[in-house]
Amino acid sequence: MSNIQSPLPGTFYHKPSPEEPVFKSPGDAVAIGDTIGLVEVMKTFIAVTSEIEGTFVKYMIDDAAPVTAGAVLAELA
Amino acid sequence: MTLEIIKPGLATSVQDLGRPGYFHLGIPEGGAMDRLALRAANLLVGNDEGAAGLEAVFMGPEIKFGPEIGAGMSVAVTGADIPMMLDGDPRETWTAFTVKPGQVLSFGFLKAGARMYIAVSGGIATEPALGSRSTYPIGALGGFEGRAVAAGDVIPVGTGAVVAEGRSVPLALRRRPGTPAVLRVLTGLYWHRLTEKSQKAFFDDAWVVAPEADRMGYRFRGGTPMEFVDRPQPFGAGSDPSNIVDGCYSYGSIQVPGGLEPIVLHRDAVSGGGYFTLGAVISADMDLIGQLQPNTPVTFKRVEMDEALAARAARKAMLADIRQALA
Repeated sequence: MSNIQSPLPGTFYHKPSPEEPVFKSPGDAVAIGDTIGLVEVMKTFIAVTSEIEGTFVKYMIDDAAPVTAGAVLAELA
Repeated sequence: MTLEIIKPGLATSVQDLGRPGYFHLGIPEGGAMDRLALRAANLLVGNDEGAAGLEAVFMGPEIKFGPEIGAGMSVAVTGADIPMMLDGDPRETWTAFTVKPGQVLSFGFLKAGARMYIAVSGGIATEPALGSRSTYPIGALGGFEGRAVAAGDVIPVGTGAVVAEGRSVPLALRRRPGTPAVLRVLTGLYWHRLTEKSQKAFFDDAWVVAPEADRMGYRFRGGTPMEFVDRPQPFGAGSDPSNIVDGCYSYGSIQVPGGLEPIVLHRDAVSGGGYFTLGAVISADMDLIGQLQPNTPVTFKRVEMDEALAARAARKAMLADIRQALA
């Protein structure tokens, strides 16, 4: 099990836009550099990319919920 | 001498104490959001207090020190609480340390506060614009090419002397927002536009920092929508009751478009417009705003002029204490 943490505080999103599907679903393969979500702060959306390889287990923070820097956003197996 | 940006962080920019004197032309004073932190960082590395450093927000950049720095240079990082590494070895914030050519400074996850000030001995030596090196990105003015730094930028640094390692600002002189953060406010010209109920609610309500908050303005939400005293809108004012005939804004002034989310104008503020301003955050608390993360609880506290001036004097005394501690 490995975790992906938020690089900075803001609002976390699972999807690139409300109409689009989530970046990752349980069971999806995650490669290094894959985007797993967005953090919005100061009117900017920052892509959260994985620095590890694995299989997506689940999001640990709800869509559109506030996050702090270092918060665990997603779990990989 | 130079330093190279490996990873830029988020909107990391060159800032000094700003360019006063052009606000009437719409060019804001700008400069460090937390001026005291920048001054302290400069004092730690033996610079003039107003030398330019890097302001990083919410996440740290990764910086490689240039090959031509010889015996090295002194570096200090103040402001937010964040783990920091030099070539992977931990370094303390608010404390001077020496870097050697080719070493890399990197950061962990932000723990508290919002903005880091990175000072290097000799100061950042980009070309000043209108008397300041502060970056005003909207006007593409000052700093490094008028913008936030980017990966690969090689930033010029002036010549300075290496200072003793371990010089540190005493804990009691590192000012931090409390929980909730309390921002002191003087009511202003348009205070009478709010109903008594809304005047009371503004100071009673629990607000939080909205994620949109930036160098231009800090936005707050979570309080009660405001009600305005009925009046026919004057000629030239917009139709919303939060509109006025265009007027001047001051630093720290609090506008509330639509009566919904108060915005405290900060260093890169616009100089005027058509929203009523209910008052202003006192000058002594402006630095604190620069250390607020999104979603931080905030309350506004009403003060009168004598208290605002006493707070300003206390702030000056704190700076004098820092100068003395590092003399």
